[in-house]
Amino acid sequence: MTLLRNILIRLLTTLVTLIGVAVIVFVVIRVVPGNPIAMMLPPGATEADIARLQTQYGFDKSIFEQFVIWLGGVMQGDFGTSISLRQPVAGLVLGRLPATLELSIFALSIAIVIGGTMALLGTRYRDTKTEGAVDISAGMALSIPDFLWGLVLILLFGVLWPVFHISGRISPALNIDFNTNFYFFEALVRLRFDVLADLIGHMFMPALALAIPLAAIIAQLLKQSLKETMHLDYVTLARTKGYGENHVITREALPNAILPTLTLVGVQFTFLIGGTVIIERLFSYEGLGNMAIDAVINRDLPLIQGIVILFALLFTIVNLVVDMLYVVLNPRLRHA
Amino acid sequence: MRDARGDIRRPIGLRLWLSGGWLTLLALGALFTPWIAPKDPLMQDLFLGRMPPFWVQGAEPGYLLGTDSLGRDVLSRILYGTRLALIVALVAGTLTCVIGATLGLIAGYYRGWPDRIISRFVDIWMAFPPVLFAILLIAVLGPGLISIIIAIVVIDWTRFARVIRAEAMTQGAMDYVASAQVAGRTRFGTMLTEILPNVLPTIVALLTLEMGIAVIVEAILSFVNLSISTDSPTWGGMIAEGRTSVHQAWWVLVFPLITLFLTVLSFSQLGEGLKDRFDPVLR
Repeated sequence: MTLLRNILIRLLTTLVTLIGVAVIVFVVIRVVPGNPIAMMLPPGATEADIARLQTQYGFDKSIFEQFVIWLGGVMQGDFGTSISLRQPVAGLVLGRLPATLELSIFALSIAIVIGGTMALLGTRYRDTKTEGAVDISAGMALSIPDFLWGLVLILLFGVLWPVFHISGRISPALNIDFNTNFYFFEALVRLRFDVLADLIGHMFMPALALAIPLAAIIAQLLKQSLKETMHLDYVTLARTKGYGENHVITREALPNAILPTLTLVGVQFTFLIGGTVIIERLFSYEGLGNMAIDAVINRDLPLIQGIVILFALLFTIVNLVVDMLYVVLNPRLRHA
Repeated sequence: MRDARGDIRRPIGLRLWLSGGWLTLLALGALFTPWIAPKDPLMQDLFLGRMPPFWVQGAEPGYLLGTDSLGRDVLSRILYGTRLALIVALVAGTLTCVIGATLGLIAGYYRGWPDRIISRFVDIWMAFPPVLFAILLIAVLGPGLISIIIAIVVIDWTRFARVIRAEAMTQGAMDYVASAQVAGRTRFGTMLTEILPNVLPTIVALLTLEMGIAVIVEAILSFVNLSISTDSPTWGGMIAEGRTSVHQAWWVLVFPLITLFLTVLSFSQLGEGLKDRFDPVLR
């Protein structure tokens, strides 16, 4: 019963947060001094033209009225029409979402693999030079944000030793007729490994830039928890039973040490998704973030609103999923 | 047996010296820019476009780090960009710190409804992608130094509020706070004289980290061409230009990038080092 109540409270606070985000974006972008309609018309447009379009987009009403109308539309899945691209916002935004999702999930996987490996190595060879190397590289990696890592990677693997693509999502020659915008997933299902390799070649640099800081956090926190677990009685018991060090670390200590890391990775994953905005710009990757920056530069109010709300929704979904995973993975909560 | 604490302290000392040294160098460079910059950072010379740095074949004497596509001196532009970066770091960092830490202190120590309101705002802020929020604010406020500073403060106050709130809560539950209350101190007085000094080390460490973040935010905003007007040289603006011509003239990207990299690394290492130094467990 309490579980159900907790879930309900959680969903309600999520809803409040989303409405809060919507209100703030709505107010912030409407105090813009420039007239968004004037920007989209050719210089010779008459006053009447401007007035007609203002009515069409609803900018002649008060902010409160506009918000109510917008919220009513959102309830029916209508996020308005983009001013600069003249298409429904919902379709535009959902068309770009798969690219950003694939990039984020790919980056998260890289972070888990690198961070996890570093943590395990640091624990296996603790109090040696290896652990020192893990600590120093994690500290360095954490001090530098994804934007700078992206630029460093462009120089190293795009210019000095050009092995990876540093712009775009796919080579035009390999752009097969995709049925969905989940290119990576679709290429995998259709067994087009040449396309898959090309997609990875494009995604690897931006994904790595996003992954490096998160990998460092995983390495530090997981190593810390592992080292604490290694001193517990049941681990000593496993050792006296004659299990080797590798078995003790991966089979006995890891399952217990992973929970605090998981919670943190959830929060950090939302930061990673936020980082895609500038990383997509840097690597000319055709995702949501790149579209968002263009929308801001073009003062495309309906599009900005749609994208920001979608990001906020993504963040809250990630947090909900992490909370649920925590309950599933925590043996103490499982039978409650 | 060796003293384990010595092992911990030695690298911290080196780290503090190196990062402090670089930042001092930058500060001096920023102060004396007009006297040490070899050229006018805005002077264009189309006949001297994309000249390589001095050690590369074909370099033009007098242009130590080469020129960009418009023939402007890279070194002088980096030096003038340093001024802007450091002003943003100091002013935006300090303002963010004062506002965020005050709200965090109030939320964590007073609890109740102030905490509920502040925490709700923090939750909403956490649902925004920060870079997008920054770009949005600059688009609204218009480009310029003041806008950048306002944008950084508006976005990043939560970073302080979250951490200081948690710290103030822990401190507030301790016995010494209760005894201060028994001794007749007001709640506000207790907050200033008992809680604040105890969270100050954390505030200082966070402030140093925030200065590095401010430098990055400024660079990102100039990278998307939303910082201050285009005729003031900025590191981010140089990086944006260097990114487009990276295959023809790598030095236009590399030198401002190295400067930015070292600066951000120094601020963050300084923050980490100060945190360790203040930490009573390690002292």
